[in-house]
Amino acid sequence: MNRSVLILGASSDIARAIARKFGSEGWSLLLAGRDVELLSRDAADFRLRYKVDVEAFGFDAVAFESHARFWDSLPGKPEGVICVFGYLGGQKVSERNWDEAKKAIDTNFTGAVSILNIAANDFEERKSGFIIGISSVAGDRGRMSNYIYGSAKAGFTAYLSGLRARLSKSEVKVMTVKPGFVATRMTEGMSTPALLTATPQQVAADVMRAYKRGKPVVYTRWFWKYIMLIIVHIPERVFRKLKL
Amino acid sequence: MLAHGWGRYPSIDAKSFTFNSEADLRARLKSISSGSAIARGLGRSYGDSSLSENLLSTSRLNRFISFDDTTGDLVCESGVSLSEILDVFVPRGWFLPVTPGTRFVTVGGAIASDVHGKNHHNAGSFSNHVKWIDLILADGSVARCSKSERPELFMATCAGYGLTGVILRAAVRLQTIETAYIRERTIRTKNLDEALVAFDEQAGWTYSVGWIDCLAGGKHLGRSVLMLGEHATRRDIGESKDPFRLRPNRELSVPFELPGFFLNTMTVRAFNSVYYGKASSGERIVRYEPFFYPLDGVHNWSRIYGKRGFVQYQLVLPKESGKEGLKKILERTASKGLGSFLAVLKLFGKEDAPYLSFAKEGYTLALDFPITSSLFKELDEMDSVVSNYGGRIYPTKDSRMKGEMFYAGYPQIDKFKEVRAAVDPNRRFESLQSRRLGI
Ligand SMILES: Cc1cc2nc3c(=O)[nH]c(=O)nc-3n(C[C@H](O)[C@H](O)[C@H](O)COP(=O)(O)OP(=O)(O)OC[C@H]3O[C@@H](n4cnc5c(N)ncnc54)[C@H](O)[C@@H]3O)c2cc1C
Ligand SMILES: NC(=O)c1ccc[n+]([C@@H]2O[C@H](COP(=O)([O-])OP(=O)(O)OC[C@H]3O[C@@H](n4cnc5c(N)ncnc54)[C@H](OP(=O)(O)O)[C@@H]3O)[C@@H](O)[C@H]2O)c1
Repeated sequence: MNRSVLILGASSDIARAIARKFGSEGWSLLLAGRDVELLSRDAADFRLRYKVDVEAFGFDAVAFESHARFWDSLPGKPEGVICVFGYLGGQKVSERNWDEAKKAIDTNFTGAVSILNIAANDFEERKSGFIIGISSVAGDRGRMSNYIYGSAKAGFTAYLSGLRARLSKSEVKVMTVKPGFVATRMTEGMSTPALLTATPQQVAADVMRAYKRGKPVVYTRWFWKYIMLIIVHIPERVFRKLKL
Repeated sequence: MLAHGWGRYPSIDAKSFTFNSEADLRARLKSISSGSAIARGLGRSYGDSSLSENLLSTSRLNRFISFDDTTGDLVCESGVSLSEILDVFVPRGWFLPVTPGTRFVTVGGAIASDVHGKNHHNAGSFSNHVKWIDLILADGSVARCSKSERPELFMATCAGYGLTGVILRAAVRLQTIETAYIRERTIRTKNLDEALVAFDEQAGWTYSVGWIDCLAGGKHLGRSVLMLGEHATRRDIGESKDPFRLRPNRELSVPFELPGFFLNTMTVRAFNSVYYGKASSGERIVRYEPFFYPLDGVHNWSRIYGKRGFVQYQLVLPKESGKEGLKKILERTASKGLGSFLAVLKLFGKEDAPYLSFAKEGYTLALDFPITSSLFKELDEMDSVVSNYGGRIYPTKDSRMKGEMFYAGYPQIDKFKEVRAAVDPNRRFESLQSRRLGI
């Protein structure tokens, strides 16, 4: 049977790279996001490249009340779900403006919990499937430069960890992906250090590799594991003074 | 962000914008507050053709749109690379109609420089195989152009170096192949005369190119290896081989800039003699990649030239006067120890129709020169030789020629400027190159 995967937030650069990776290995793709017209163009591209079935669906992560309907309307349930959507927002703005802060929390955390709860229950009952969540190294420790986004990702990381434990009894795999810097639309115009910045293609390759090995948590690129190990162990006294 | 071309000279602190749709690009164009803008593909042009204060990068505009497997017409967005086209379509029995010496260029870049390949003598340049182009103009509108629809805009956009607008999508006609292999024939020639005769004699081959040992002087001047190729048939490769399955190629890369002294004359001599020594005469079946893309096996090889970067000097001379002119150029290169690492020679066919296309009937020679304090002066002198023989320089490789040199070589520049003035009167699209040349 043809394996299929649902990609949430499919217009993102990382999602497109992941979709290509899965498409190139013969997976059918269900692309979900806010701009269906754009996703239909991706769908046509993936069909042409990989000769796989691809469909595009409208999905808004923060329209929580629509999530159940969205899930029910999918033609056949996918084998797995990859949750890629996210919102970085502006740290400074979100310190003063609740709407901006709420948007980051709703997109990165609440929206993800809302839709993945539904998928998880379905998979649990079916006793098969996988869930991959794209969180962030920003969730490993709150830093002054992006702790609103970071705390929402921290929540998402904790959610995935708990979900993994719960679903392990039902043969459902849950994987947490923690990218460091990635050159995408999200980081465009920011000056991230070139040596530490991955391409979406590298991230997608890391995700695929880790998925195949059944890893619970994966940092991408791999060196972020060590960078974060250091960062979480910096004593509070020192951490406060670092302009991180 | 510091941006530069393949030759790593010049560079500019530029803002780079990406976009994944027409609407997105329109918004980006509006948001640009100061300076000019120019489209940028994979940055494989050597000099300043795709440099400006604002770079409109097509890196995210890279979707296939449709493919007609009866005609071979591929419609795709302009940021699709030739490499992706090969990956997808070679296994299905299709090949690019024309390909430059690297697969890492975009369709937009291939059109905007109207690139040529080893089959120029029978296929013309890339644009010859482009059915239509959709481009976004300075005012944000989208124009479709082709040989029959707005033909002037088409002739100005092909080899237009991004100066008429940003190409969004295009239809390109692919050619069929029976196998992914090439039947390659190698001929060694002792000197330039022999090489030029061989080019004429072997004009029946679809693909031909010559590698010149440009440090050989005297009676060995122009000593070279001629490489000829045909798409191999199933019969050529033997029935047992899978015609399209190729083993993936391992890639090497040059991880950092090597110091300039690496490129002293001795090293270059050694490189040339190794290359020369390796080429044996005769026919063999090879995969298409090493035949078309010998340099793509080493990623970022341009770094071999060190921090100061290098110039690729590519010229074309009309056939009648070509032999004498080539000799003069090669003599200069050899005698001055300019350290040309690679010299490529090819016989072009008929001139292409776009106003600023580079290729025209005659001989083209491409030489790489590491940048030194005296290089530009030498090249200005070389320019006058080229100009005197009625030749011209390829802008996509250029970072230093003077405006007069360009104007002398491209007599249709006035037609080009007329079209550009109509579609971009305020010069929103400009590159460092177009400013330098006064286009
Ligand atoms: C190793 C090597 C071998 C090469 N061999 C050959 C060869 O055999 N024959 C040959 O002809 N060339 C050759 N080239 C040159 C190369 O093919 C051209 O410079 C080509 O234009 C590069 O395409 P790009 O996508 O990298 O574009 P860039 O270098 O980014 O841009 C090149 C030009 O195209 C314009 N452009 C790019 N995209 C668009 C768009 N979407 N809309 C409008 N304008 C656009 C830019 O503004 C710029 O003027 C070679 C280059 C290298 C590095
Ligand atoms: N880039 C990095 O350095 C980096 C580092 C660590 C983690 N990440 C994470 O990686 C993921 C992908 O981001 P990216 O870097 O690829 O950036 P991106 O291209 O900006 O992707 C963000 C995606 O989220 C989608 N999205 C935002 N709000 C949404 C909503 N309400 N409903 C549905 N979709 C919504 C966007 O869709 P639209 O197209 O509709 O706007 C877009 O597809 C994100 O979760 C991000 O937090 C990125």
